[in-house]
Amino acid sequence: MSEARKEIMGRIREALKTPSPKPHLKGESSKVAGKAWLPEVGDTDAETMALLSDNLAKLKASFHPVENLDQAIALVKDLAQKKNWKNIAYHKNELVTPVALAIAGNAWAVDEAFSKDKLEAADVGLTSCVSIVAQFGAILVSSETSGGRGLSILPPVHVVIAKADQVVPDLAACFAQINVQFGGKMPSMLSFITGPSRTGDIERILVLGAHGPKELYLILVR
Amino acid sequence: MLNSKSIFIKESTLTSADGDQRQFIRTALGGYYKNRDIYQARYRNWELARDAASLAKWSAVNNLAEVLEKFVAKFESNGGKVHWARDAAEARKIILDLVAKANATAVIKSKCMTTEEIHLNDALEKAGFGVVESDLGEFIQQLRGEAPYHFVFPCMHLKREAISELFTKHLGTAPTDSPEELTMIARKHLRKLYITADVGITGANFLVADTGQISITENEGNARLTAAMPRVHIALSGIEKVINTIDDLTVLLPMLATAGAGQPMTCYNTLYAGPKKPGELDGPEEFHLVLLDNARTQILADPEQRDSLHCIRCGACLNVCPIFKNIGGHAYGTTYQGPIGSVITPHLRGLKDWNHLSGASSLCGACTDACPVRIDLHHHLLQNRRNAVKVVPNLFDRVFHGTFNFVIQRPALFSLGGKVFRKTFGLLKHLPLPYLGTWLKSRDLPAIPPKSFREAWKDSKNV
Amino acid sequence: MRVSLFIPCFIDQLTPQVGLATAKVLKKLGQEVEFNSSQTCCGQPSYNSGQWEIAKEGAIRSLEVFKDAEVVVGPSGSCVAMMKKFYPELLHGTKYEAEAKRLSQRTFEFSDFIVSQLKITDVGATLHKKVTYHDGCHALRELRLKEEPRKLLRAVKGLELIETEEAESCCGFGGLFAVKFPMISTAMVEVKAGALARTGADYIVSSDPSCLLQIGGWLSREGKVIRPLHIAELLAMGIDHA
Repeated sequence: MSEARKEIMGRIREALKTPSPKPHLKGESSKVAGKAWLPEVGDTDAETMALLSDNLAKLKASFHPVENLDQAIALVKDLAQKKNWKNIAYHKNELVTPVALAIAGNAWAVDEAFSKDKLEAADVGLTSCVSIVAQFGAILVSSETSGGRGLSILPPVHVVIAKADQVVPDLAACFAQINVQFGGKMPSMLSFITGPSRTGDIERILVLGAHGPKELYLILVR
Repeated sequence: MLNSKSIFIKESTLTSADGDQRQFIRTALGGYYKNRDIYQARYRNWELARDAASLAKWSAVNNLAEVLEKFVAKFESNGGKVHWARDAAEARKIILDLVAKANATAVIKSKCMTTEEIHLNDALEKAGFGVVESDLGEFIQQLRGEAPYHFVFPCMHLKREAISELFTKHLGTAPTDSPEELTMIARKHLRKLYITADVGITGANFLVADTGQISITENEGNARLTAAMPRVHIALSGIEKVINTIDDLTVLLPMLATAGAGQPMTCYNTLYAGPKKPGELDGPEEFHLVLLDNARTQILADPEQRDSLHCIRCGACLNVCPIFKNIGGHAYGTTYQGPIGSVITPHLRGLKDWNHLSGASSLCGACTDACPVRIDLHHHLLQNRRNAVKVVPNLFDRVFHGTFNFVIQRPALFSLGGKVFRKTFGLLKHLPLPYLGTWLKSRDLPAIPPKSFREAWKDSKNV
Repeated sequence: MRVSLFIPCFIDQLTPQVGLATAKVLKKLGQEVEFNSSQTCCGQPSYNSGQWEIAKEGAIRSLEVFKDAEVVVGPSGSCVAMMKKFYPELLHGTKYEAEAKRLSQRTFEFSDFIVSQLKITDVGATLHKKVTYHDGCHALRELRLKEEPRKLLRAVKGLELIETEEAESCCGFGGLFAVKFPMISTAMVEVKAGALARTGADYIVSSDPSCLLQIGGWLSREGKVIRPLHIAELLAMGIDHA
């Protein structure tokens, strides 16, 4: 154990010999379950979906619920044409691959030929996700299951394809699921994406696409 | 030589007289207030959520030894390497050594106030390593050679024209008055640097003990890129950032965003567990975490102010502080501005030189009400004043309050003194008296009454 | 009830009409009002300057002054907060702690006493004026009084209350802060009083006379027409007009 570590831990133990009282709380219960006080999520699936849709709209993300994978393919094809997406980077996944393959010629799988420079040149990153939190409109991606760290952040457009059953009502449910799904073996990166990249650094005026994607699409397959 | 107090007086006198700049800051914060109110109102109970956030931090800080040990073991089992730094110099040395070992030619950084606290950029540059700030506000401040103005909104004091001129001068771009175009200039400029940098340096908002992850909150995506592209990732964090469980983030992540920036959640909240794992496509080969004490254990040793270690650096206390809004961030002369800065800077850098910040407050308490983790900020300012009296003897104050107390202990003397004051006020107001003369420079007193209350009361009883 | 007036030192010497108005309103509401003339200052200036040992002497003196009072009512949120909230903390761990707590429980700010203790909101006043309200920070954030004064104002016949976004902003007084950091204090009152003046109200009303000293002092210097008025003065005036 390093000298510094020993010394700092010693200082901590010494300092904590004098206890400090619990903070002054407004609530009466000493054991406060924070999740109960966060924004409402609704009781039914329909309410959850409506909340998700509303949150994504406020975040300036594009939300596209579709009935099946064919509709998802058609949608991405259409978007690719309209937005002139020539270079789509994707990772191999049961939902993502068929969509990517349908846009023949323009898509390449990062799993096969990863290079930072190639990814930097991509117009679009096409990924799956771990889950979607309706309460905040947050999309959870991971380095293990969403094509690594760069795919969802480097290209100027991020398209996420997910199944409707990946939507969880709130953040508490999401963390519970993370604990079950990954347990003691967390992926090296888990990231909640809540809308397209943004900044307010200049005069507190909102600008999208600061460093990450300017556009964020969520295609949700029922 | 000017000391920190006289610099503060000089700077705050200048900035508080600049009506245009003060109005600019109020306008800039207007949108924040509006959005904060909207998103706070969506909470089922914001006050109880504050309780929960406060408790989450309280239980970690008050069991810091155990929680930190647990975190470190878990972090290392995830493949990361922990380094311990007793002070700023030790932290700088550790990071410089790591950067040198990586044979780095370029270093990219995402926003981290702890690196400001240890003056890391200066040290890196002196050692010959080019370092570039990637957060837009920090990038602008770095080009200006100026410290952040606000620890969450680093360049909120700048008008777009100034930023445009800055970019023209340093990057050779055409002038523009569009915040969007200015943002895109920075985006374009920094993009290649993520790819070419060998080392990425970030901070950490939370250290999650039960999973060994570090959590980073941001809006722009620059921290994501900084931790994704370079070969080596170095994170610097104060030891107090540790929390017990990943579940604590359920409350802390949204509250950080809502209290600090008026958002439901910030754009990217990312948890890192170790470097690139087998089977993963990209990510750094090495992941280092430098844990910094730098007087945090001194705050810990003060049970009265221990709760200031709950701080999640959201900046809410600055945004509501009338002092901050009127003097601006640079007048403080500290890494951490506003109420939390005034509370902790005396601990970090010495009460003798920094107690004036605790004096420079009307103790209005807006900060304490805004704090999502319920730090008793304005009462800590009072305690700092009390503590300062013990370490920095102030003869004028001692005589003034001693005399005042002598008078108020004697009602007849108090009454006589008041009478003399009222009868001679016509003369006194022309004299350069301490306090009274200062008051009268910018404010009047009401018409001086012929009788005090006690005299009028006595008269009414005798009628 | 037998109400013992707590008249802060600067009201005694500079704005005695606030104290007289306080007594008048309380008497109108059927209270027996007394004033112990051995009171002087609560010690807050020394407390806020970090001179806690000196402030303790002032606090101990106040405990003695008010020891026989049934209830203590003061027309100043700030000075009442000193007695009600800070005395027990200041004297914590001393032999005066119990007495400080006893005083704390019996001490009330003027509007709080009328609304929460006497359960009265309509004091029977009429005043055809427009007013805007300034929340003194101690009343608002130490004593948590927000609705109490507003209930009293809303019940005044003919009175129009104009709320502003700056109602809760600090006026910049802060006791000796106002003269130790005059440039910051003046910048604060400029923002505060400027916003209140723009409402076009006749009066800026508050339950904190020290804030009114600051706000009124700046308004007077700047030649603004809006006048500062303590809530007790307003109610007393309204009772006369009724």
